[in-house]
Amino acid sequence: MIRFENVSKLYATQQRPALREVTLEIERGEFVFLIGQSGSGKSTFLRLVLKEEKPTNGLIHVAGKDLGRLANWKIPHWRRQIGTVFQDFRLLPNKSVYQNVAFALEVIGKPRSVIRRVVPGVLELVGLEGKEDRLPNELSGGEQQRVAVARAFANQPVLLIADEPTGNLDPATSVGIMKLLDRINRTGTTVIMATHDQGIVDQMRKRVIELEFGELVRDQDRGVYGYRH
Amino acid sequence: MRIRFVLQEIGIGLRRNLTMTVAVIVSVAVSLTLFGLALMIRAQVNQMKDYWFDKIEVSIFLCNDNSAQSLACADGAVTLDQRKSIKASLDALIPQSVKAYYYESQQAAYQKATEQFKDSPIADFLTPEQLQESFRVKLTDPRRYLEVAGAYEGRPGVAAVEDQRKILKPFFTVLSTLRNGALGLAVVMLFVAVLLIGNTMRVAAFSRRRETGIMRLVGASNFYIQLPFLLEGAVAGLIGAGLASLMVMLAKSIGIDRHLAPNFALTPFIGWPAVVSTIWVLLIFGTAMSVIASFVTLRKYLRV
Repeated sequence: MIRFENVSKLYATQQRPALREVTLEIERGEFVFLIGQSGSGKSTFLRLVLKEEKPTNGLIHVAGKDLGRLANWKIPHWRRQIGTVFQDFRLLPNKSVYQNVAFALEVIGKPRSVIRRVVPGVLELVGLEGKEDRLPNELSGGEQQRVAVARAFANQPVLLIADEPTGNLDPATSVGIMKLLDRINRTGTTVIMATHDQGIVDQMRKRVIELEFGELVRDQDRGVYGYRH
Repeated sequence: MRIRFVLQEIGIGLRRNLTMTVAVIVSVAVSLTLFGLALMIRAQVNQMKDYWFDKIEVSIFLCNDNSAQSLACADGAVTLDQRKSIKASLDALIPQSVKAYYYESQQAAYQKATEQFKDSPIADFLTPEQLQESFRVKLTDPRRYLEVAGAYEGRPGVAAVEDQRKILKPFFTVLSTLRNGALGLAVVMLFVAVLLIGNTMRVAAFSRRRETGIMRLVGASNFYIQLPFLLEGAVAGLIGAGLASLMVMLAKSIGIDRHLAPNFALTPFIGWPAVVSTIWVLLIFGTAMSVIASFVTLRKYLRV
């Protein structure tokens, strides 16, 4: 699903590379935690996967495409197979729960009949049935994140990228979101989740990839958050 | 393509940015009004040129006995051979630069003059011998007057070459100045309008960055992301062009039909067909200009 070969990224304004010679492979259907301190290169890694940045060196394959050879105008279509969830939810405040999820399908040109069929289904999956007409600010943080997950999952992505999805949530709510991501993973969707949440990583026992100063320092199956913490 | 969704976005966008939208519409309207007036003046000038130049001739006056004192006719009246050679050379110029010509004898000139001055005492003093015989030449292209004049001025037997076009020259100069002034102002205003459109789009893109960010994230195509903005620009441009068209129509119906035409009965003024084609130009140009200005700005602010 994802293959990095000797990938380095040096931002123009910085001396130290954000990623240095990272080589790794993530198979279809895996659930991967991406951990490391702030500034360790997690966000750069995710931005490279989404082709929001280009690597300075190295090859990146995502969802069967060599990103170096993917033409700019093809990026939007390629991105439709990737769902994304963020710490800050990124919902549209003036649209209802239903409309927020439907919006993601509308803008990629899905017919209304498909939207009417799909949206109630994903809202049910994330446990928001009955709250379709609420506005985001009428929901709790956990519920808002569920909307974001529903939006990311609505188009049946093969890859779900979650950048600290529990960063703004309390532990109990976080567990709910993790159960949801786990369920999505069981449908065959590859999930990569960047996180600082030690409890969650230790509890889930999934593959752990740790970055430190841009270098890959640990890649462990059924790993825990760390030995030093 | 979800048409209703796109239309909805346009409506929201135009209303959200109402003051800027109004500024864009007004500046587009003013600039295109000036541009339209310039186009109409140009059409007017062309029409008058066609009308007048068709009637205008270059006159080659030949020497007569009285003109002997002038420098060109120092050898006295034109001889038969000289006249023949001029005629032959005029024949040679057909049809490249000369469309047609005719010969006006002293007798014919006398008849014309007595007709022209029949109420004036001058007619009583005129005799055919006082007048000059002439070749009246109609050029294929009146602007190539100098070529023809150069060939005959100073030729033996030729007293003077006269271009009737120069009588109309001051008139056309005024019209051309008006046209250039309107065009110059239009260019400045168009520049202002383009900057305003660009800025409006920048603000619009910024105020909708949350939406466009999510659209990018879920894989909406660039075209789909930009379309509402471009259509917004197109709608604003079209409204502006519509207002400009209204002004141009007022200029025709009030300015020309009500004020100018009754006072200059002999002048052929442009008709509605010229106004209609001007309006087409304004509508297309105004819309295209807005869309292109929007597109160029958005490429910078809505990058993937």
